[in-house]
Amino acid sequence: MVALLLILIPLLGGLVGFFLKGEKQVKTWSLLVSLVSLAAMIYGLADYSPANREFYANWLPQLGSSFALKMDGASAVLCALTALAYPLIFLSTNGNKYANSHAFYGLMLLAQAGISGVFLAADGLLFYFFWELALIPVYFLCSRWGGERRIPVTFKFFVYTFAGSLLMLVGLLYLYYQTPDASFSMNSLYTVKLTVGQQSWLFWLFFVAFAVKMPVFPFHTWQPDTYEQSPTAVTMVLSALMVKMGLFAVVRWLIPLFPAAAIQYDNVVIGLSVIGMIYASILAMKQDDLKRLIAYSSIAHIGLMSAALFVNNESGLQGAMIQFFSHGVNVLGMWIVVELIERRFGTRKMSELGGLASQSPVLAILLVIVALANVALPLTNAFIGEFLMFNGLFHFNVWYAAVGGLSIILSAVYTLRMIQKVFFGTESALSATGIQISFAERFSLWVIVAAIFVMGVYPKPVFALTQETASLILGIFK
Amino acid sequence: MNLILISAIWGIVMMFSGLFVKDKSQAKNIAIGGALLLLIVNLLDVKGISIFHSDFGGMLSYDLFGYIFLTLVSVSLLVYFLLSGKEIQQVGNHPFEYFALIFFIMSGIGLVSFFNNLLILFLGIEIISIPLYILTGSDKRNLKSNEAALKYFLMGSFSTGIMLLGIAFLYGAAGSFQLAQFQYAGDKEGLFLILGMVFVLISLAFKVSAAPFHFWTPDVYDGAPTVFTSFMATIVKVAFFVAYVNLFLNAFEGSKLKWQLAVAVVTALTLFIGNITAVYQQSVKRMLAYSSIAQAGFMLLAVFTINDMARQGLLLYTVAYCFATIGIFAVLSKMKDFTFDGFNGLASKEPLLAAVLTVFLLSLAGIPLTAGFFAKYFMLAAAVKAGTYLWLVIFAVLMAAVSVYYYFRVITAMYFKEGEGQVIETTASFRYVLLFAAVVIVLLGVFPNQLLLDWLNLG
Repeated sequence: MVALLLILIPLLGGLVGFFLKGEKQVKTWSLLVSLVSLAAMIYGLADYSPANREFYANWLPQLGSSFALKMDGASAVLCALTALAYPLIFLSTNGNKYANSHAFYGLMLLAQAGISGVFLAADGLLFYFFWELALIPVYFLCSRWGGERRIPVTFKFFVYTFAGSLLMLVGLLYLYYQTPDASFSMNSLYTVKLTVGQQSWLFWLFFVAFAVKMPVFPFHTWQPDTYEQSPTAVTMVLSALMVKMGLFAVVRWLIPLFPAAAIQYDNVVIGLSVIGMIYASILAMKQDDLKRLIAYSSIAHIGLMSAALFVNNESGLQGAMIQFFSHGVNVLGMWIVVELIERRFGTRKMSELGGLASQSPVLAILLVIVALANVALPLTNAFIGEFLMFNGLFHFNVWYAAVGGLSIILSAVYTLRMIQKVFFGTESALSATGIQISFAERFSLWVIVAAIFVMGVYPKPVFALTQETASLILGIFK
Repeated sequence: MNLILISAIWGIVMMFSGLFVKDKSQAKNIAIGGALLLLIVNLLDVKGISIFHSDFGGMLSYDLFGYIFLTLVSVSLLVYFLLSGKEIQQVGNHPFEYFALIFFIMSGIGLVSFFNNLLILFLGIEIISIPLYILTGSDKRNLKSNEAALKYFLMGSFSTGIMLLGIAFLYGAAGSFQLAQFQYAGDKEGLFLILGMVFVLISLAFKVSAAPFHFWTPDVYDGAPTVFTSFMATIVKVAFFVAYVNLFLNAFEGSKLKWQLAVAVVTALTLFIGNITAVYQQSVKRMLAYSSIAQAGFMLLAVFTINDMARQGLLLYTVAYCFATIGIFAVLSKMKDFTFDGFNGLASKEPLLAAVLTVFLLSLAGIPLTAGFFAKYFMLAAAVKAGTYLWLVIFAVLMAAVSVYYYFRVITAMYFKEGEGQVIETTASFRYVLLFAAVVIVLLGVFPNQLLLDWLNLG
């Protein structure tokens, strides 16, 4: 039941949001809706029973598809991340004004419904449906409320992902006709026996769709532009949640469906991911725009996760799945700071900022914590994930770990350089005035910092969840 | 049978009411009444109540698929009249005759949905085509309309000639016009059969504007009065497709291996040319002309596979494609500026129209939660089910991704670009009908089984 609620609450809430008048009302409403989803999610985790985690309804019996939802392992982690991220996003961007705010918040909530649906769907066709449904609201959000170059940039993003997902649809159809009982349900698809030859081309049809979403090098070119041009609230959704759709799909669909192909092509995928890590880290060092810097750093982190998913050992898998959550939290924290700076000073260029720390010490401390988590320092949440992932990569092949390890050093370089340029150094004319942080913004940053430390010290509950998925996948590989 | 008969009769009624009804603005209402009547009598047929029944010695064969198709066509016709009736009256001085011609075309559509004999196919296609030539040229003071009519007529007659030639060869092969006779025509007359098939295939490809026989389409669609373009590009086009699929299913299924490659090539070409050329258009009307070619490419997948799945998909396509295209054309014909820029800023001026148009465009692009998605889905599924030619399926989805470009250009213009926003005068009923069409498209996108396809399986 909770599984259904996680989709239904934001869906209905979003539809109602469209008809609300008045900016204040719609802001309160959407915050309320996101909090109700969060409450539902907490209830679901507290009472982790099959009745709560699964849902089944007839939908298209003739097509062999049903409205089946299932929350397990990685899916529960990501649902929790989604439910947690939305209230934080709404709180931290509360000070922004949007033209047609009812449409903005309505679409945001619809996107939440789509994203939760992707994490929950236990039916191939339903998964495809949600995959697209998450995309449409984001397309409108970016194109309507984004920056100057928003239209071509968003369009590129849309066409990339749409083309990818259509290829996945062809693959799904092919699989569907191979199932013994003509069904799209996850269990039937899992049981399909395919030859290695079939698996290898189906693997690529699916992988391209997921790789575009993550994004893995060389499918990443839409990402920095889109992050830069989107309104920051949407960038948060994109980078904290939507990129996880691609990673999650690898865990839930790609590897269980095509294990032989996943082993056959592990070097290609890991190789691409490692190239992407280094490439994005180097580019991140060259950026002046804060948003682009975080965008490239995000590509590097995602690259590590996608590599770790294919190493075929428990350490790598567990690390990647716990990092799903940690990366979402950390990147959210980074965006909140960027959002504050941009709203206050009207610029994101590091060259125009500087010396903010003396005027806004609290903000500086919070950002430094988030940034250190981004560099994966011990005691922070990202350390555990990255350590396990590198450990897994090391067991797979030492050289990948060695080359990929460079990205950690590079990430320290660009992150510390960012802190230095923005918060320390000489005060620029702009930043001399300092920033007033509202209670809502301070609260959301504190929540994030708390999450960083709690997860960093006591990651066990998340491990307990992801264990289920990890053993499933390792079982399939055997 | 009811529909074939009543639409012919109603065509005559329309002509004569032109003599007796002095108020020309009544033409629309009489036509709407006629369309309603068609819908009702056709539904009676579905229930097994026929006013007049004959299969003309086996030349017609009635099946549920045909009836459902005609029901959908009747509903589309009704929507078309409700949305565009006023514009039809304003094309020229003979409003009653235009409606009469449309009713005659409906009669032809009835014939091609049920034919079991090549002669009936030929008759049906000619009954559809000849009134279309007239409608194309109906704006007789407009040079472009005249040019389009002449072009259409010349090209159309040529393709008719080819079809006759093909039918003659087929007759030579089987010694009969009955479709079933071709199913197992022996190898001895193989050459005649293949020649006949090729000619008929080419001629029908011309009618549905499949590449490389599509060259007339943009000019004719652009030159014809917009309201009639809308009719031609939607109802008439899907009717030709039903004829195409019926013919290949009932006559040539047995020799599938011989023609499948040819159809696959035509399909791929049509998808490619339609989509790529549509990208470069500056006028929304011409874009829709090329988009109709592109959509024809998808519908050709039904001809290519001719299984049950494909036929069901064709029904969904009928609704998804007709409703959406008729709706867009109806709004377009009320606008002065047909370019993409003409849509700039429409969303702020006319939020409802923009929202409805967005649903239509999303459906044409095949985005989930719209009927257009399931229409495409069925076509793809049918083609994957056929097993061979997977390259064609992958090519088709890549082309579907291209189509997003030109459909979303309109959405981008309406919502994200600053502009004056043209004033579009619409009546309340116009808006309600548009809204109805949009709601149907969305509902079919969520529950295609419950609303449409279960009907087919019950029969």
